[in-house]
Amino acid sequence: MATQHSRSAARLMMAPAVILLLGWMLVPLTMTLYFSFKKYLPLRGDSLANGLEWVGFENYVRFVSSSSFWPSIQTTLIIVGGVLFITVILGILLAILLDQPMWGQGVVRILVIAPFFVMPTVSALVWKNIFMDPVNGLLAHLWKFFGAEPVQWLSQASLPSIIMIVSWQWLPFATLILLTAIQSLDSEQLEAAEMDGAPVLKRFWFIVLPHLSRAITIVILIQTIFLLSIFAEIFVTTAGAFGTKTLTYLIFQRVLESQNVGLGSAGGVYAIILANIVAIFLMRIVGKNLDA
Amino acid sequence: MTLRVRTLFGACAICALSTAATADNIVIATVNNGDMIRMQGMTDDFTAKTGHTVEWVTLEENVLRQRVTTDITTKGGAFDIMTIGMYETPIWGKNGWLVPLDDLSAEYDVGDILPAMSGGLSYDGTLYAAPFYGESSMIMYRTDLMEKAGLSMPEAPTWTFIREAAAAMTDRGNEINGICLRGKAGWGEGGAFITAMSNSFGARWFDEDWNAQFDTQPWADTLNFFVGMMNESGPAGYATNGFNENLSLFQQGKCGMWIDATVAASFVTNPNDSTVADKVGFALAPDNGLGKRSNWLWAWALAIPAGSQKVDAAKQFIEWATSTGYIELVASKEGWANVPPGARTSLYENPNYKDVPFAMMTLESILSADPNNPTVDPVPYVGIQFAAIPEFAGIATEVSQEFSAVYAGQQTVEEALAKAQTLANDAMEAAGYK
Amino acid sequence: MARSVTSQRKTINTVAAWTVGLLIFFPILWTILTSFKTEADAIASPPKFLFFAWTLENYAIVQERSDYMRFLWNSVIIAGGSTLLGIIIAVPAAWSMAFVPSKRTKDILMWMLSTKMLPAVGVLYPIYLMFIKLGLLDTRIGLVIVLMLINLPIIVWMLYTYFKEIPGEILEAARMDGAGLREEILYVLTPMALPGIASTVLLNVILAWNEAFWTLNLTAAKAAPLTAFIASYSSPEGLFYAKLSAASTMAIAPILILGWFSQKQLVRGLTFGAVK
Repeated sequence: MATQHSRSAARLMMAPAVILLLGWMLVPLTMTLYFSFKKYLPLRGDSLANGLEWVGFENYVRFVSSSSFWPSIQTTLIIVGGVLFITVILGILLAILLDQPMWGQGVVRILVIAPFFVMPTVSALVWKNIFMDPVNGLLAHLWKFFGAEPVQWLSQASLPSIIMIVSWQWLPFATLILLTAIQSLDSEQLEAAEMDGAPVLKRFWFIVLPHLSRAITIVILIQTIFLLSIFAEIFVTTAGAFGTKTLTYLIFQRVLESQNVGLGSAGGVYAIILANIVAIFLMRIVGKNLDA
Repeated sequence: MTLRVRTLFGACAICALSTAATADNIVIATVNNGDMIRMQGMTDDFTAKTGHTVEWVTLEENVLRQRVTTDITTKGGAFDIMTIGMYETPIWGKNGWLVPLDDLSAEYDVGDILPAMSGGLSYDGTLYAAPFYGESSMIMYRTDLMEKAGLSMPEAPTWTFIREAAAAMTDRGNEINGICLRGKAGWGEGGAFITAMSNSFGARWFDEDWNAQFDTQPWADTLNFFVGMMNESGPAGYATNGFNENLSLFQQGKCGMWIDATVAASFVTNPNDSTVADKVGFALAPDNGLGKRSNWLWAWALAIPAGSQKVDAAKQFIEWATSTGYIELVASKEGWANVPPGARTSLYENPNYKDVPFAMMTLESILSADPNNPTVDPVPYVGIQFAAIPEFAGIATEVSQEFSAVYAGQQTVEEALAKAQTLANDAMEAAGYK
Repeated sequence: MARSVTSQRKTINTVAAWTVGLLIFFPILWTILTSFKTEADAIASPPKFLFFAWTLENYAIVQERSDYMRFLWNSVIIAGGSTLLGIIIAVPAAWSMAFVPSKRTKDILMWMLSTKMLPAVGVLYPIYLMFIKLGLLDTRIGLVIVLMLINLPIIVWMLYTYFKEIPGEILEAARMDGAGLREEILYVLTPMALPGIASTVLLNVILAWNEAFWTLNLTAAKAAPLTAFIASYSSPEGLFYAKLSAASTMAIAPILILGWFSQKQLVRGLTFGAVK
């Protein structure tokens, strides 16, 4: 269909975006790779200008052999998986609810999408202090009201708390995409099934869910991209204590708190590998689903 | 640019309008503590006196540290003045990243700065940062609760007494905890407290060959004592309590004792914020009879990064903000209890300040802290609640996270110490100490 | 709607949906309410919901401490500028991917998205050093560029999915009428794609507005946006809930209002065109 002329024009038009992104990826990537093989301790006076000492794979070995490494991978996967699970499940339920006829649907939709507009820093600060504080937090008051001992959210239930905060931020996104998908569902098909006497659960399982699969894929893809790199929520709430150190946070600790750029860069390379594994994995499912 | 400014300075030395001609705009990075916010509000006075204008970058402590450290190590030059502490100053000074403050004016009177402060803010005898305020730590206690428990606080108590007193004052039914202490992760939070406390138990971070010492008995004693006492008499959830959390607990009347920064004294005795303002007594931080008390030494100070283009204006600002003149300015507007404490000898000789209830105990605490000999056994580092080496902040943050997990009941003291030992040795090895 | 609905069922739906909606919105509502309390009321036990002495003093204190308008203006420029620049670069790319697809189109798209997964902190030092070299530190243009690059994959992808929905026959027809490439994009494609572009713009303004790592680490006094503004309000001393709430409200209000007013476009934007 396309002519030779339009093909070369197309390449030309794609060029700026591709070159820019390539640069944005390659320059830091090259530097990260370079640093990861060097001893680079800025506070000890190491700097690019003075030349850096080559240390081979030492940083790579050290990063993985640290007792924090595997727990951090685990934490990362738990947070990403937990948030995906909660937002997809609640998102589907909420989408179905919002699809029902009701009064004031527009207003409810506004209420539901609001958390998406809140900066992660603000949301973390507000949740940590105003809600989860064990003495003055609103949840503590609620617990006390029912005669229960207030929960020390960010120490005793640190991971669930963070998953909850992040889920709150991303639930609107999942809900909206799923809602749009549900709205496009052929209602006659559902009615026919209803007349045939198919029970609610069966209708959901065999008609609604397959219809949503594409939307669910989008939710998972986009959210994973953002969730792998969440930082502010952890920095503000627990600063990595109580088993909430993700891989991203561990790299932050190595680079900025320990001021060991070489070690942190090696961690960065690991993170890139992890991201790519996840990306390939996602592409497999998404690619299949998106072609449809 | 600098040359031009200098020339203009020279040329206009006699003309009164000189300031307008050389007006600079300096960028200052600072922490969002109350005293700094107050300083921000007084900026107009500085501008009126010198003509220079100021732009403030006020950040929360952790963000500030990360921001200024990145900038100084890369020579970014984003700031003309940075607010840093006793930990950073000698390290950065050693690297030649700070402008030496060795030519401050005679009327500024460098000699008036408390020796403990200027000592901690110098490297190799040269001052690299001027203290805005200084602090040690001490015991703040409720005189009424102490009396009710039938005890009286000695001026220099022992840990044993503190633990007994804490247990006697605790009344959980009425939400009164005998003692509130920092348990929050972070080297400047719970890490600072436990380190200062460990000094009085005879523990140390490293031996003279930079071997981590968490496998020694004094550390186990320190942690076991701390956890035992806090479980008996501390508030629920102390694992996440830092300075501010404890401050508000104390102000709300929920703590019998609180061992923390001396600057807190002005907040707990301020009737506007504190419900117990008139019932607070002070004492030296406790010891164990080993010759070291558990008080720390810290200063928030102003320093000029070596790359700054506006060194002259920056120096003028530092002279203004850390001078006796500034102290008087604050005193005239907000009262003597609110002046930045702990930096200047003359403040403690000022008859107006002697009326402030916590003044003398603050001074005594500061004077009793010795960063050069912080521990019972000899150590290769300087610093009481920290070791002034570049690796410390990273290591101590991770170690304090392990400790906080103990406070939250998620692991045992032994597990935490074993992890701390490994990660401290790893980091020291990575940094090339071994 | 073909389904017949009893009003009883509608009532149940309404009650359920409103309950859930208010529950999700509650943290924001509570923050806004707290911003009008005194610090003492903010921690009152039991908490005061509506019956407290309403005050504006927190807003006055926040404004006195930091010049809100300057931060706001920086946020507007940075979020707006980066989105605009991103759109300019992404439209041609998305066009060619949608209408002249090759075997590698999908791979390129996925690769673009995967660049978003790199942990930012790992490259802080390289980027910081580059910014110093290029004189971009603490400049709005520097942040515009960085945020544009961060969001470019999302922009390209969204536009691609919208463009793909436009039937190819229309373009064929335009070509038959003798329209060149330029005319084709300008007069045929753009008007049809305008709603999609609007949605893309909205979503990316939000993402750029809320970005808190680079905006915090690459700025000082001059280019600092609202993310830096909020970083000074978790006070280390004394009561601060009310002030924190006021600052939070000020930081999120503009984008919240923008989002609410453009809800329709945004909802479409969020679906990435891929959901029908």
